[in-house]
Amino acid sequence: MKVKNKEPLLSLENLTVAFGGLVAVSDFSLQLFSGDLVGLIGPNGAGKTTVFNLITGQYRPTKGRVIFQGKDITGFSPDLVTTVGIARTFQNIRLFGNLTVLENVLVSFHVRLQSSFLAPMFSLPSYWREEKAIRREAYDLLEAVGLADVTKEEAQSLPYGEQRRLEIARALATHPSLLLLDEPAAGMNPQETRELMEFIKKMRDDFNLTIFLIEHDMKVVMGICERIAVMDFGMKIAEGTPEEIRNNPRVIEAYLGVED
Amino acid sequence: MTWVSFFQQIMNGVSLGSLYALLAIGYTLVYGILGFINFAHGDVFMLGAYFSFFMIGVFLLPWWLGVIIGVALCAIVGMSIERIAYRPLRDAPRISALITAVGVSFFIENLGLVTVGARPKGFPRPELMKNVYILAGARIQGVTFWVPIISVSVLLVLLYLVYRTKMGMAMRAVSKDMETTRLMGVDIDRIILYTFALGSALAGIGGVLWACKYPQINPLMGTFPGWKAFTAAVVGGIGNVVGAMVGGFIIGLTEIMIVAFFPGLSGYRDAFVFTILIIFLLVKPSGILGETLKEKV
Amino acid sequence: MGREEKRDLALTLILFAVLMLGVSLAERYLNTYLIRILNTACIYVVAAVAYNLINGITGQFSLGPNGFMAIGGYTVAILMLPLVQKEQVYFLQPLIWPFNSFSFPSHLFLLALFLGGVAAALAALLIGIPTLRLRGDYLAIATFGFGEIINVLANNFIPLTNGALGIKGIPEYTNLWWTVNWAFWSVFMIKGLVNSSFGRALKAIRENEVAAEAMGVNLFRHKLLSFVLSGFFAGVAGGLFVTLISTVSPSLFTFTMTFNLLIIIVLGGLGSITGSVVTAFIFAFLQEILREVEAPITIGAWTFPGIPGMRMVVFSVLLVVMMIFYRRGLFGDKEISWQLIIDRIKGRNESEK
Repeated sequence: MKVKNKEPLLSLENLTVAFGGLVAVSDFSLQLFSGDLVGLIGPNGAGKTTVFNLITGQYRPTKGRVIFQGKDITGFSPDLVTTVGIARTFQNIRLFGNLTVLENVLVSFHVRLQSSFLAPMFSLPSYWREEKAIRREAYDLLEAVGLADVTKEEAQSLPYGEQRRLEIARALATHPSLLLLDEPAAGMNPQETRELMEFIKKMRDDFNLTIFLIEHDMKVVMGICERIAVMDFGMKIAEGTPEEIRNNPRVIEAYLGVED
Repeated sequence: MTWVSFFQQIMNGVSLGSLYALLAIGYTLVYGILGFINFAHGDVFMLGAYFSFFMIGVFLLPWWLGVIIGVALCAIVGMSIERIAYRPLRDAPRISALITAVGVSFFIENLGLVTVGARPKGFPRPELMKNVYILAGARIQGVTFWVPIISVSVLLVLLYLVYRTKMGMAMRAVSKDMETTRLMGVDIDRIILYTFALGSALAGIGGVLWACKYPQINPLMGTFPGWKAFTAAVVGGIGNVVGAMVGGFIIGLTEIMIVAFFPGLSGYRDAFVFTILIIFLLVKPSGILGETLKEKV
Repeated sequence: MGREEKRDLALTLILFAVLMLGVSLAERYLNTYLIRILNTACIYVVAAVAYNLINGITGQFSLGPNGFMAIGGYTVAILMLPLVQKEQVYFLQPLIWPFNSFSFPSHLFLLALFLGGVAAALAALLIGIPTLRLRGDYLAIATFGFGEIINVLANNFIPLTNGALGIKGIPEYTNLWWTVNWAFWSVFMIKGLVNSSFGRALKAIRENEVAAEAMGVNLFRHKLLSFVLSGFFAGVAGGLFVTLISTVSPSLFTFTMTFNLLIIIVLGGLGSITGSVVTAFIFAFLQEILREVEAPITIGAWTFPGIPGMRMVVFSVLLVVMMIFYRRGLFGDKEISWQLIIDRIKGRNESEK
């Protein structure tokens, strides 16, 4: 494990959650530093997505803490977690299907809107100024992720790969410093996966992000992550560089029969 | 209040509560499996009373036979509603199913108003229900005595069906996880039809017993009991069969006790049920026996 | 404001001017029967557009508009009823203080309507706080109960509502000027909201609550905003209604009213504000046409007896059939916009060339 002197961006301390007696995540600890690109891997049902849900407030941990930028955000509601600077995507894509690509991204700007609801009701110029500004920013963002041509399409009509990319763009629009990606390459062929991984790396550099991503396929993660944590049965069983993980006997054991 | 009249009120509350319980089960079963409020359920309850009324009064069948046929017709109506109106919407947004349910409810009520008219009809009660019993010094009317006994027996049969039969097990499995149950090779549509038949038959029995207790029947008689029974299901924990029964008794007893202790407020008895609903939603939305449902992310 | 927005606003204001001209002509030349239907249609517009905001845009199933309309209606009736009339109407039990001591003069009618809306909005707040935090259909069951409870209160709280007898002799202030203005400005305001960042947040909640929340949208506050606004406009619609027909009683705002509004918003398209406007008018006229169906019909030598209540049977079948086969309604969740109209006109001209 890399030892850094500076304060971690995100620190998970002994996260534990049980659903009706079934322990889904147990004593999970991990630190992420600014600029990191960390992978979280493990067999199906290991509790990876549950860790994300604990960070973003979908679930409240039974035990343990989530510290973000030195602040305890354990038990914050999902919308509050977003406002402090953590954004996410979902394993099963959750776009606003009937809204356009542009509108999908614009929703993420809503939380920073200054106007009251009365301003657009009375068509006040102050509202229109704000709307114009966020529209411009949303266009720029869609340009940056390569979706500028389809801004007026309904989100549900996009091909699968573009839907994934839109989900990332929508998350970026909340101005996060930490981005959580839940199996971004799920359902993609090797070529698409490679492109996506390049895209993720580029996003991290362009937007100054820290990225924490879940992946089922070990090979994918090995390619881009600098550090990897491995889960099995709700527990962290290993953490280290791709090289260390590749040679870790416990990881090999957990994946035996799943990976060739 | 004397002990005797207190006892009478308790009997009244139990009697009313058992009727709510009968009705609440249908709501809770359908909600547990399909995840929406079957607004038409209260109207099936009304149909139970009317079907039996016509069997006995027009076709001159013996009381028990008329009621059995009436209840069977309710089961058929329930299954038809599911087959015709709800099944095509199973994968639609939930609000569509709710709107359809409201439409079906309104259809049954208005068809009733058009065909039999709004004027209440006298429901024929069997001698058994008209007798007066002296119990521990209290005069108990036949209905007050027999209605809870019959409905509690029916509830026990239902518990057996849900918890001790293969069909019941399948129902519970579907409500826990429909997709997995389907993958196990269970015919989901058949289970859902069975659920509607069962729930509607209970509503039908409830309607007949209600008509014995309050023998003036009209096409809108199901609206309020239906809504209160749903509230009972929420109070007990929506999706939970035992909870629906517990909720039914709580609502029934509360309603009777409020009227007994504060006769001046009897006009507001429905408003109290509403207050109970709001309090439960604020304090314990999962109900007494329900588990907190959290959407899977 | 961009160029397109400026153009749209200008066109909207022109439309308003045309409408006002239309009203002055209608008041002079149309017969009272037609005017009455138009008034009713405009009131439906106010109520239906508000109802679509919570049901269609936000995707939260409310069954409460009849309750909110009742609150607005009674509020306006009690405020506007002249003092002399108050003494005559409340002969069972006198009207409670402070309402027995004053009465709004006619120039405060707008204020009365506004207060009717506020009263309904407060009721929406009280129901919304316990129910809108929860997932699921609790809003539906609570609002359904609420509508019935309001009815119970209207029947029983005699010193305020005069019970089942209702309140008669409310001054008939409502005319086409009032209804058309309220219909126009309600649509203007609600459409403004729906097209804004707030509207996008509400639609996001409808589309996917989990994702909306993860993008920073506070679900509870936005659902509550939508529900309370919806209650406000329903209250105003109720106030307009009682001053149109000059009477209010518990039987006026039953569940049938909610059902009518439900038909309107489903027919126009859940989520289409302008769709509701169109279908509110269609519905108002359809209701009149179907009234004929209920009257006895004579064809040649045969006379068929009318079947009262048949209308509601037809409407409920219509609703169920719509939901099964034609869930989108006329407009789906799309709006009729100026851009759309301009494109259509241009398209036609080009095809003619």
